[in-house]
Amino acid sequence: MEDTLGLIVSLAAATLRVATPLILAALAGMFSERSGVVDIGLEGKMLAAAFFSASTALVTGSAWLGLCAGVASAVALAMVHGLASITYNGNQMVSGLALNVLVAGLTPLLATVWFQQAGRTPTVPNGARFLPVSLPGAEAFGTVPLLGPLYRSVVSGHNVLVYLAIAAVPLAAWILFRTRFGLRLRAVGENPHALDTAGVNVAWMRYRALAIGGVLCGFAGTYLSIGQGAGFIQDMTAGRGFLALAALIFGKWLPVPTLLACFLFAFTDAVQVRLQGVPLPGIGVIPVQFIQAIPYVLTVLLLAGFVGKAVAPKAIGLPYVKSR
Amino acid sequence: MRRTFGRAALVASALLAGFGPAMAQDVAPAIVFDMGGKFDKSFNEAAYTGAERFKRETNIQYREFEITNEGQREQALRNMARRGATVVVAVGFSQRSAVERVAPEFPQVKFSIIDSVIDMPNVNSTLFREHEGSFLVGVAAGLATRSNRVGFVGGMDIPLIRSFGCGFIQGVRSVNPQIEVFQNMTGTTPAAFRDPTRGGELARSQFDRGADVIYAAAGATGLGVLQAAKDAGRLGIGVDSNQNHLHPGSVLTSMLKRVDVAVFNAFKSAQDGSWRPGTTVLGLKEEGVGWALDEHNRRLISADMETRINQARQQIIAGTIQVIDSRTLEGGNCPIR
Repeated sequence: MEDTLGLIVSLAAATLRVATPLILAALAGMFSERSGVVDIGLEGKMLAAAFFSASTALVTGSAWLGLCAGVASAVALAMVHGLASITYNGNQMVSGLALNVLVAGLTPLLATVWFQQAGRTPTVPNGARFLPVSLPGAEAFGTVPLLGPLYRSVVSGHNVLVYLAIAAVPLAAWILFRTRFGLRLRAVGENPHALDTAGVNVAWMRYRALAIGGVLCGFAGTYLSIGQGAGFIQDMTAGRGFLALAALIFGKWLPVPTLLACFLFAFTDAVQVRLQGVPLPGIGVIPVQFIQAIPYVLTVLLLAGFVGKAVAPKAIGLPYVKSR
Repeated sequence: MRRTFGRAALVASALLAGFGPAMAQDVAPAIVFDMGGKFDKSFNEAAYTGAERFKRETNIQYREFEITNEGQREQALRNMARRGATVVVAVGFSQRSAVERVAPEFPQVKFSIIDSVIDMPNVNSTLFREHEGSFLVGVAAGLATRSNRVGFVGGMDIPLIRSFGCGFIQGVRSVNPQIEVFQNMTGTTPAAFRDPTRGGELARSQFDRGADVIYAAAGATGLGVLQAAKDAGRLGIGVDSNQNHLHPGSVLTSMLKRVDVAVFNAFKSAQDGSWRPGTTVLGLKEEGVGWALDEHNRRLISADMETRINQARQQIIAGTIQVIDSRTLEGGNCPIR
């Protein structure tokens, strides 16, 4: 009993930690794609934010300044993406991919030049990181059976960016579905001509959507390098941007389903870590390769069989040209 | 302009040709580092240390190259050989195919490769007995654990990395056969050596299950493991270079793989003429692997622990303890779980 509860608590806490960057990046993608701009550059923006937040935190000793630098770098990249794909009507896929390649090469180079370490920053001291915070009463409640450990280790004990990520979901849902800005943003992704006729500046709408996405990517990257980790390392995003994009499609570009998709990915990841090397009754020890494929196999199965058709915003990927 | 350049090159090559044989008595060493670069705090940095030691002791300069993408390996090796290097060290198993192609083109040049075996008349291969060093840090972990649970986090799931884990388990169990060992591999591609976030998450899952000492053999991924150990107030064990200084007081020890010795020996033997092709295997006896004790982990290693670890070391050297090398077994799987 004690063990089962311990396992549940440990799995739930791990799920939250792993899901955080996915949630932030998926929401970033939601804003940008809902406005009609494909955002395959999530990975690159996160990586850039991870690098600049770590280096700024190192130099200034402040995690918050690090966060600002991370957000600024991601927003700057989002604007480059906007320039190429909104202003100059370029191919959005190519522009996003170009960002990924640029950042993947640029960050280790800058790290080597600035810190004389091969493609990484030195370790960021604890004073300049987002450390886990203990919510009020966590220790006092911790002794209460059942709910105590849940509150102490699952609800409390994360860094502030985790709570921000969770709070960002209802906020994003409210902005997208309950405000005039949100309505227009979704409309430029569906039928930009109609909005243009109504006198709304399509390009400006899309730039703002990309900027919001940049801010969220900045949080995600910062979380990786100075929240969960302590320093930047080459390619440290390790495909999380693409996983977030998958979660977004899986969640049909809707906030809550996307959140659940992120949780599902994170949960399977947490489970597979604990399945490695554990003999299962009747089967024996499952090879690592197979266990590590579980999240992806599950994704394919769910996408193919259970979720139904994911319908993308109608104008996604199409540069808006006023008149022909 | 182009003609001037061509003429300059002609003169230069004439000079080289003229002076080359005269200088052949001397050694012209060169080293090609693997991806990650010479300041990676781990594997390549150890190689760099060895090259620097040679330079300091002999006052002979060496040429160096840091690989930044796969395509450069062959080109870098060929350039070194063409520009008159007499001995070229290729660091890392991934340079194997490049050395195999370049070595036959320059039969006069001596090549040394680390962590891989190439059977050619002008190539020397250096392997390490990582399982022996891992056994020692396993003993340290076995003595340090209070919960009787320890962990191992490997990088890429390949026989080389499994042999680290296998030696570690044997060391832990030699202290107390009841100790539980959790094992995780980070992934199945080379990216598994560069994912500290995942390393930290793997470490935390093992801490949650009660482990209090974790050995990371995972390159940069291991940095995440050591960080997680520090954050959780538990112990980590470093690898390849001495990583005790990364988090003084929470790195129990480091498994040293003396790549520096291998590089130094390659240069030195080429200089004094004792260089021979074939395979060199460096284990505890040759001080090619070992464990790290310095001011950063002095407090963590009691006098009794130090004695017991060194005892195990002596016994392995004497052959009274036989550490199984899982690489020599079928499938590369460790017989002990």
